Amino acid sequence: MKFNGEKIAKYSLMLVAFSALASLLLIAVFILKEGVPFMFKVGLKDFLFSSDWNPQAGKFGIYPMIVASLYVTFGAMLIGAPLGVAGAIFLNEFVPKSVMRVIKPTIELLAGIPSVVFGFLGVMVLAPMIRSYMGGPGLSVLAAAIILGIMVLPTVISISTDAIAAVPNSYREGALALGATRWQSVHMVIIKAARSGIIASIILAMGRALGETMAVIMVAGNTVKIPQTVTDPVRTLTANIALEMANATGLAREALFATGVVLFVVIMILNAIALSAIKSRVRKK
Amino acid sequence: MRNNIQAICLVAGLGALTLLAGCGKSREGITMAGSTAFQPFAEKLAENYMMSHAEVSVTVQGGGSALGVQTTLSGTAQIGMADLVKLPKEADALKSLIVARDGIAIVVNPANSVEALTQDQIRDIFNGKISNWKEVGGVDHSISVVSREAGSGTRSSFEQIVGNVNLTDNALIQNANGTVRETVAKDANAIGYVSHGLISERIKALKVDGAPCTEDAIMSGTYKLVRPIFLLTKADATPACNAFLDYVMSAEGQELIHKNGLIRAK
Amino acid sequence: MRIPPKITQVIAVAILGTATFLTVVILVFIIGFVLSKGLPGVNAEFLLSAPKDMGRAGGIFTTLVGTVLLPLVAVAIAFPLGVGTAVYLSEYTRETQLTRALRFGTDCLAGIPSIIFGLFGFIFFVVMLKMGWSLLSGGLTLAIMVLPTIIRTSEEAIRSVPNSYREVSFSLGATRWETVLKVVLPNALPGIVTGVMLAIGRSIGETAAVIFTAGSSLRMPSSVFDSVRTMSVHFYILATEGISDEKAYATAAVLILSVLLVNLAAYGMMHRFISRRAR
Repeated sequence: MKFNGEKIAKYSLMLVAFSALASLLLIAVFILKEGVPFMFKVGLKDFLFSSDWNPQAGKFGIYPMIVASLYVTFGAMLIGAPLGVAGAIFLNEFVPKSVMRVIKPTIELLAGIPSVVFGFLGVMVLAPMIRSYMGGPGLSVLAAAIILGIMVLPTVISISTDAIAAVPNSYREGALALGATRWQSVHMVIIKAARSGIIASIILAMGRALGETMAVIMVAGNTVKIPQTVTDPVRTLTANIALEMANATGLAREALFATGVVLFVVIMILNAIALSAIKSRVRKK
Repeated sequence: MRNNIQAICLVAGLGALTLLAGCGKSREGITMAGSTAFQPFAEKLAENYMMSHAEVSVTVQGGGSALGVQTTLSGTAQIGMADLVKLPKEADALKSLIVARDGIAIVVNPANSVEALTQDQIRDIFNGKISNWKEVGGVDHSISVVSREAGSGTRSSFEQIVGNVNLTDNALIQNANGTVRETVAKDANAIGYVSHGLISERIKALKVDGAPCTEDAIMSGTYKLVRPIFLLTKADATPACNAFLDYVMSAEGQELIHKNGLIRAK
Repeated sequence: MRIPPKITQVIAVAILGTATFLTVVILVFIIGFVLSKGLPGVNAEFLLSAPKDMGRAGGIFTTLVGTVLLPLVAVAIAFPLGVGTAVYLSEYTRETQLTRALRFGTDCLAGIPSIIFGLFGFIFFVVMLKMGWSLLSGGLTLAIMVLPTIIRTSEEAIRSVPNSYREVSFSLGATRWETVLKVVLPNALPGIVTGVMLAIGRSIGETAAVIFTAGSSLRMPSSVFDSVRTMSVHFYILATEGISDEKAYATAAVLILSVLLVNLAAYGMMHRFISRRAR
């Protein structure tokens, strides 16, 4: 009887695993099936590099949205990465454990706040500030970059913290024994050792920023135009999908899935980079 | 520990079963979907209707007029709400009923000195031909045009009534009435359009071709930016559906609509 | 001129400290702002009465129910699927190209923007499978969204169980399944629970995917086929449709408090399991 139970367990687990993987495959196939043929119908060059977005007239150029997504994500990382990594280093190396016990949960609390709350605060507080001090409508690349930067801070801080904390204490002690100051041991030894984890955190945060929709819709202005300055309104790829979703049928809907494929490819590339960065860290140990 | 795991699984399983037990729906469900402008009113109508008709369950979803048409056609929703001047071609297959009318107010920031515009001026502003407030009697500053997203009934109606609107590339797009109002309320140089029921002291509704955006002007026809609210159903709608539609068109239903800020159908 | 290390340290600490301070200030400001504007509106009545007048009046009870039920359905689907898959991948198969590819695939799916899941869920579950806007459509969509996370964290937790435990179990005559059930899983439970908590946290905050699949009905759900509105969706609608800023802030305050509660619960559970194991 034990033998039978074992076989049942194994095959039911196999069934479960295959169902799970099947469902994941389902969505991947669905997106590709809707999106890829479209790209050939309309032409990859026209799709990716034309600035003419007018679904009613059959025009599906998403270039302004690609530029917008890149600018906004890059801007978000300009804010989130330095602040986040600096925070992780400072909290891990220069702050007593008691303070950490209070600050760490606060940061994790922030990670759980829904994006729509950030977006709303952006509309109520940030955009008016940008409009009065820097001109333009306030709803802009800058607003989106700042909000996204704040949103990815917890990700960068927690993953970088894990990477820094994972550096063996012997490294620190060794450096100090050689006469280094705290800061010297940090920037000459520890950061180098934790480098791949820190890079991984930044890249994962980038992926999150790229995929954010709700907060961006509320603060970016959603104009289909290549921005000339940081105070210009923009529409990201994700915002485009959300805004056009309700009105899109047929070819227009396929265009949205194709946009999804573009996002998927970019995030896949980012993930691959992050993965190889982490792998190299594991190998070093 | 093993007992704990077993216990958790048991509870989860029971919970799942009870949820699924509601499978056989004892109440007839009607799903309404579409116009976000009409959604609050549909909610109120549904709330009232269900007080005296407990055997029916009416749920209201949003999504925009375009989604309303689409989901009614596909059967996902039983009643579609669309606040369009002219229904799209696909809706020819559906039965349509005008249940209310709504004015579209052209709104600017209260600090804006402009009080009135003509339809031609409005068209040119939204087309981008007029790009500075001084061209229409205001201050010397560029105009921030705010519009709605592609599937919005309010937007389609606005563009159809004013006609020949080729929205300028520089327009800000917001995906709800409230955020349009918020944007206009905070930006002294913004102009946008919202349902007339959303006018508050934070924004100013302009006179269009001399007519103010008031209920009287809309009823008498002097204010031209008015659109009907359609409720769409498939030709073979259930009796319960039709009963609800009758309620909406009844004196009680129309009074409820009117009391909450919309215009009656007739 | 070469700056002495002690001085570079002071400068570095000052810069890092300022950056950290700035971060903390921003984070505290956000939480403080929302709580200060929202908490006054939160009381027992707000939490326990249903929304009236599209949310202009009344409370958020039905949305609270929705916020509890939707992640529950999602986890009820994703948990067995995810943990089962993790167990199968780590205990019953060898590390091959296939498993590596599968792992990479699930990682990528974890990065897909939620709006695309919303689009997929709407077209597939709501329209094609005729499930309509419902807890089921929303739950299935969210389940697919969090499945990669649960598989990943469960696998890591299972792998971190020392092989010696398994070997001892085998040497005592236990079968693989018995080992998994009585030795591996109990020891991997803290990590698995973390994954589930992450999944729940993500489901609570999710708005884009939820609006298009679970809908936004303000009614109390009576079955898994009914539409629900979660607090995130309610907040979004209140804020963007300009219905009531006051209620919006209050809802946001409740959301923040719920996240705090879930986090504390996660910590509590972690500590309990860790201290239990230490015994």
